[in-house]
Amino acid sequence: MGETVLEAPVASAMRTDAPPAIVLEGVNKWFGALHVLRDINLQVAAGERVVVCGPSGSGKSTMIRCINRLEQHQEGKIVVDGIELTDDLRSLDAIRREVGMVFQSFNLFPHLTVLENCTLAPIWVRRMPKKEAEELAMEYLTRVRIPEQAKKYPGQLSGGQQQRVAIARALCMKPKIMLFDEPTSALDPEMIKEVLDTMVMLASTGMTMICVTHEMGFARQVADRVVFMDRGEIVESGEPEAIFSNPQTDRLKLFLSQILRGH
Amino acid sequence: MSDVTLNTAVAGVPHDASAPRSAPIRQTGAIAWVRQNLFATWLSTAVTLLLAYLILRWTVGFIEWAFLNAIWEVPVVNGQAQTQACREMRGTGACWAVINEKHRFILFGTYPFEQHWRPALVCVLFVALYIVSAMRRFWNWTLVPIWIVTLTVIGILMWGGILGLPYVPQERWGGLPITLILSTFGLALAFPLAILVALGRRSKLPAIKILCVLYVELIRGVPLISLLFMASVMFPLFLPEGMNIDKLLRAQVAITLFAGAYLAEVVRGGLQALPRGQYEAAEALGLSYWQKTGLIILPQALRLVIPPLVNTFIGFFKDTSLVLIIGIFDLLTAGKTAIVEPAWQGFGVEVYVTVGVIYLVFCFAMSKYSQGLERDLNQHRRR
Repeated sequence: MGETVLEAPVASAMRTDAPPAIVLEGVNKWFGALHVLRDINLQVAAGERVVVCGPSGSGKSTMIRCINRLEQHQEGKIVVDGIELTDDLRSLDAIRREVGMVFQSFNLFPHLTVLENCTLAPIWVRRMPKKEAEELAMEYLTRVRIPEQAKKYPGQLSGGQQQRVAIARALCMKPKIMLFDEPTSALDPEMIKEVLDTMVMLASTGMTMICVTHEMGFARQVADRVVFMDRGEIVESGEPEAIFSNPQTDRLKLFLSQILRGH
Repeated sequence: MSDVTLNTAVAGVPHDASAPRSAPIRQTGAIAWVRQNLFATWLSTAVTLLLAYLILRWTVGFIEWAFLNAIWEVPVVNGQAQTQACREMRGTGACWAVINEKHRFILFGTYPFEQHWRPALVCVLFVALYIVSAMRRFWNWTLVPIWIVTLTVIGILMWGGILGLPYVPQERWGGLPITLILSTFGLALAFPLAILVALGRRSKLPAIKILCVLYVELIRGVPLISLLFMASVMFPLFLPEGMNIDKLLRAQVAITLFAGAYLAEVVRGGLQALPRGQYEAAEALGLSYWQKTGLIILPQALRLVIPPLVNTFIGFFKDTSLVLIIGIFDLLTAGKTAIVEPAWQGFGVEVYVTVGVIYLVFCFAMSKYSQGLERDLNQHRRR
């Protein structure tokens, strides 16, 4: 799928002078005896686009799920938008308001229409008037190019359309940071492009993004940095060109040869 | 596509392979259906004829018993019903005169005769309340005052003592109002309780979780009859001297707790059927626990469990008849008591058929309503 996006790289809006949007310091996590995250250190600047890749089971999803505490880390420190993630529910609520997430399996709410999916959080979490929330939702649905589906239920849409609704739903909260957890992995090949195009569009707006994906074309075009993880560690990280053309470690070389074989 | 070309080749009809083909037309019509399904082989013909004979015989027999040979009225002399005519027809004709004579007692028990309009009105109010609650137009906060007002009016009508209505002690209540009171209050209170317990059983807080598990396991592990006994016989022993809680109220509490435990497990089944992604998506959007539960989880979970919920509802509607063992006169007990009088002894079938029909009407209405509800609420799952 590397060839799905071939356009010129999207200019970065990264601001290195601003305080980092996300800081992970010495983060460790275990599932029972399994050490899934080992001493993760990662800083993401505001406006930076980071692509995380690695073999399955390498801890990439777990890492980004720790950032909005869908998983709880056991050691280390995570600071999001200047707020440290602690057991304090208020800090968690504040962080989740600022961090949008897109899941591999979309996780749209099947009992609500597309529009209701999008307006739910603005109305209940942001306390936005219903009319205003609907206008906002239609604006984002237009931006992901499916305004005409607003009255349908998620089950009536294709996978690609559902994922674009999921992106619009997250954007309706006007988050500062967007997390993508393998957004195209559950999609049929012909639908991957429409979702990637939406993400490229989003990247061009200067959104801070962390994206777990194997779409190397997307990484080349959009990412400021690619992070390669294996067995719970960050093995290599750097600019996409450097990572893909000049891998330093055997693990990355092996991984690249495996994912490129399919193309 | 290869199938299509193959078929047309066999049929010898020139056919554009890419054009959509309409589905094959099946033989239809009543006669074709009957021949195909009822008289396909000699065995199926034999079974069809045998069953048709049995059904016909039974139907004719029932119509003869219930209508043609039935006795609808008997003369009453000096307040004593003369049931000789009925006794002569025993076995061949129904004696509906017993219903004619006793229907007020069956419906309202020992409630003072001249005040029967009050429980009758109560039954009408209950049915009206069900109908209003069933209409989705009213599924908002207006339902709360509607319920409060209706139940208050029902309480005033049953007890009286104000507004010029003579006071009627609870011991004299009976029949259909008792059944409706026990099941309405029981289920209306048990349902929210069940939701809380089901959520509690999945709580991360160990104290809440253990409490909920204990409640469900203890109540579910005991027959309803023994709970009713405990509520009526043992519970007063623990109360201080002179303090007395109404017998009906105690039965009501026992029934509510029992229904709550069963419903909680049904609701929990729905909660467990939801994929984890739904919880995560709601959390990632920043919804609080109660927002997540009320807006995302429960609406989906409860829709999933409409069939077992209604199953439990119907079961409890009928289980309220068990209060007879602690001396409360519900519909079934009133029916049973109606035929204690010597003149009417032996006409149980007629009474039980009538009481059964009343139960059936309520249960069937619930069942039908739930089917419609299931269809309408699960529209999003249709393509």
